[in-house]
Amino acid sequence: MNWIIFKKNEKINALDIKTLDIRQIKEDVKKFNFRPVGFFGKQEFENVRLYVVLADDKKGEFYVTSALFSKEDKTYPCFSDELPQFHLFEREFYEQFNIEPVNHPWLKPVRINQENYEFFKMQGENIHEVSVGPIHAGVIEPGHFRFMCQGEKVYELEIMLGFQHRGIENMMLKNPSNRLAESISGDSAVAHNMAYSEVLETLSDTKIPEKAEIIRRVALEAERIAIHIGDMGAIAGDMAYLPGASIFGVTRTLIINTMLEITGSRFSRGLINTGGVNYDITNEQISKFIKTLNEVETTVRRTTDVMLKTSSCISRMEKTGVVSQETIASLGAVGMAARASGVNLDSRFDFCDILYKKYKKQEFNGQGDVYSRFKLRYKEILYSIKILKDLLEKLKNNNDILSVKPERLSSNSFALSITEGWRGEVIHIAITGKDGELIRYKIKDPSFNNWYVLSMAVRNNGISDFPLCNKSFNLSYSGFDL
Amino acid sequence: MIINLINTVLLLIMPFLFVGTIKKTKAFFAGRKGASIFQPFYDFLRLLKKETVYPDVTTWVYKFAPVIIFSSVIFASLFVPMSCGMSIVNVPFAFVIFSYVLGFGKFFSLISALDTGSSFEGMGASREACFSTMVEPAFFILFASVIALVQINSFESLKHLVFNSGVYGYLIIILASIALFIMLLIEGCRVPVDDPATHLELTMIHEVMILDNSGFDLALITWASAIKMFLFASLITSLILPSGLPLWLNILLFILCIFSIAITVGIVESSMARFRMTHVFEFVFVMSILSLLILTLSTYRIYGGV
Repeated sequence: MNWIIFKKNEKINALDIKTLDIRQIKEDVKKFNFRPVGFFGKQEFENVRLYVVLADDKKGEFYVTSALFSKEDKTYPCFSDELPQFHLFEREFYEQFNIEPVNHPWLKPVRINQENYEFFKMQGENIHEVSVGPIHAGVIEPGHFRFMCQGEKVYELEIMLGFQHRGIENMMLKNPSNRLAESISGDSAVAHNMAYSEVLETLSDTKIPEKAEIIRRVALEAERIAIHIGDMGAIAGDMAYLPGASIFGVTRTLIINTMLEITGSRFSRGLINTGGVNYDITNEQISKFIKTLNEVETTVRRTTDVMLKTSSCISRMEKTGVVSQETIASLGAVGMAARASGVNLDSRFDFCDILYKKYKKQEFNGQGDVYSRFKLRYKEILYSIKILKDLLEKLKNNNDILSVKPERLSSNSFALSITEGWRGEVIHIAITGKDGELIRYKIKDPSFNNWYVLSMAVRNNGISDFPLCNKSFNLSYSGFDL
Repeated sequence: MIINLINTVLLLIMPFLFVGTIKKTKAFFAGRKGASIFQPFYDFLRLLKKETVYPDVTTWVYKFAPVIIFSSVIFASLFVPMSCGMSIVNVPFAFVIFSYVLGFGKFFSLISALDTGSSFEGMGASREACFSTMVEPAFFILFASVIALVQINSFESLKHLVFNSGVYGYLIIILASIALFIMLLIEGCRVPVDDPATHLELTMIHEVMILDNSGFDLALITWASAIKMFLFASLITSLILPSGLPLWLNILLFILCIFSIAITVGIVESSMARFRMTHVFEFVFVMSILSLLILTLSTYRIYGGV
């Protein structure tokens, strides 16, 4: 077998990974029909090694192999012409290592060197171009959006990101820390920190106490609930539906203030450390948390009921920003955005997280419009509250220790961790060198897969529907920019 | 004379309170305490003190527009019946002057938005022009029918509607109030047509046209749009308030009526979402249909049934 099959949080020897011909890899990928989750290079003296990691969602397994490019080897036949999921991965690889995928349909810069990029142009007397950003009217992150419109109708939206590129992947090699992982994307601090901690614990063969595992998931679910409620409020706000905006806003605060009491940070920053967690949850806090959750559940149920009975809200959300199931599948979108269109990917259940074993993956028959994404968030909030309550029950009178000291990283190893943040799967891949030092660290935020889906969602909609579509995805700029 | 004086004072002060009351109502429904209803006036004073910044690309049009917008609204307001159903200047067919003077001001706000060369502002201007063209015919049909019915060819015909036409008068009053209320929402750029509180440039209509205005100019424009809303509210009050009451009672009722219209606007904004841009037209057509109904009713009243 040319590919190594492994599970998440399983250490494999980096030297065992085969070196294949790039054409062979493409054939294999086509044959497997799996989703790419990693396609990145690593400098090896003068050569560049390209790692290709695929995910088999049905079995919960990952496949990895590699190809080697010598110094003279500067091109390869691109994957994207037949496998469009690869298009952004290939652009990123080209940008980082200057190895060109031949016949790639759209070699646009991903994060850097964008000054000379020529945007798509549409010809025609009635066509007008609207460019928004990178600085916006609200307090949001920078991103540039360019619309090609005829009147109010959008034909094409081109998105340019990278304004927050900080070089996190390289910083991870010099100074890996939990605080750095938390800063990858502010609203997924727990998900990224958990993925980071898990990958380092895998590489150093550290077994963390079960109590720490539970507390991590408590924070993860609390994050999911809080951000989903906040986004539902923001969607209501964009529709100028006042009661929704204010009530969801208040409800979100209940959750994040509970996390503030437990961790000292409203977004649970500083909670997770490699080797365990920093803060305990006392019995008193648990009963208060459960009480808060019941309160939140009632409010969310009631407010959503009212909203989904208000005809002006439904008419604003339904059939706005529709993404078909085929688009999701061909672009390789993940997480909440994919689920809302009926592609049921949830790494909590697909890759069998031990603590989620007794729960079933929720079925959701979405149409892929803003309404579905709104409703899906509502369903996920209720499900997460249920899971969270069970987790908290398990924590009662649990006097386990909170953390262990992590061991040294083992040498020449490869590990992958996957965490389902509220937006979708957060994947961290780390490779160590011969002295156990990190020599490559790859981060994939779900926003990386999903930004292009937003472009597709806006097509043929009114330009004034864009903010609503955008909010229904609420993708991360900094998670993409790294 | 004294009524004119009182009306002038009301005209200058009430628009601020009108906007303040809408905001207070919205705050109440959002569970907030909200700013004082004098806040729009404080904002106005604050803006007056600020420096005006002009974009480099703009021409004289942009500099003159705010003054023209403001003076057109003030000029139009002279003809509108306020307390006691009396307007400051009473001329025949004042509603034609009213409509076209406001239109003149709107034309300048549109070309001043285009003058900035920003793609958003052009988009806002096209939307605003689109909705305004739909308001105009409805407005004329409404007033022409009322005037034909009452046989008094000025704005003050509104207050005679009740006496002249019995049950038809009441029906027309109800329909006309709703139509004028919709006009108020469109001209005042309120939910469900526009969202005055949004920060999203792509969805704005009126707000996006004044994105670049600042200082004194912005103060004038915000005051002018508040006055415009107040004018439409005044038209509604002169439809529904009885005349011939003592002066003080008339003024009190007028003020109460204006406040209740402001609260109604606030309640509408708090209880529904904004329409999608393509659906706004359906909402605007409701107003046109109401005007046509009024026309039918008054024709029936004048010429009898078939």
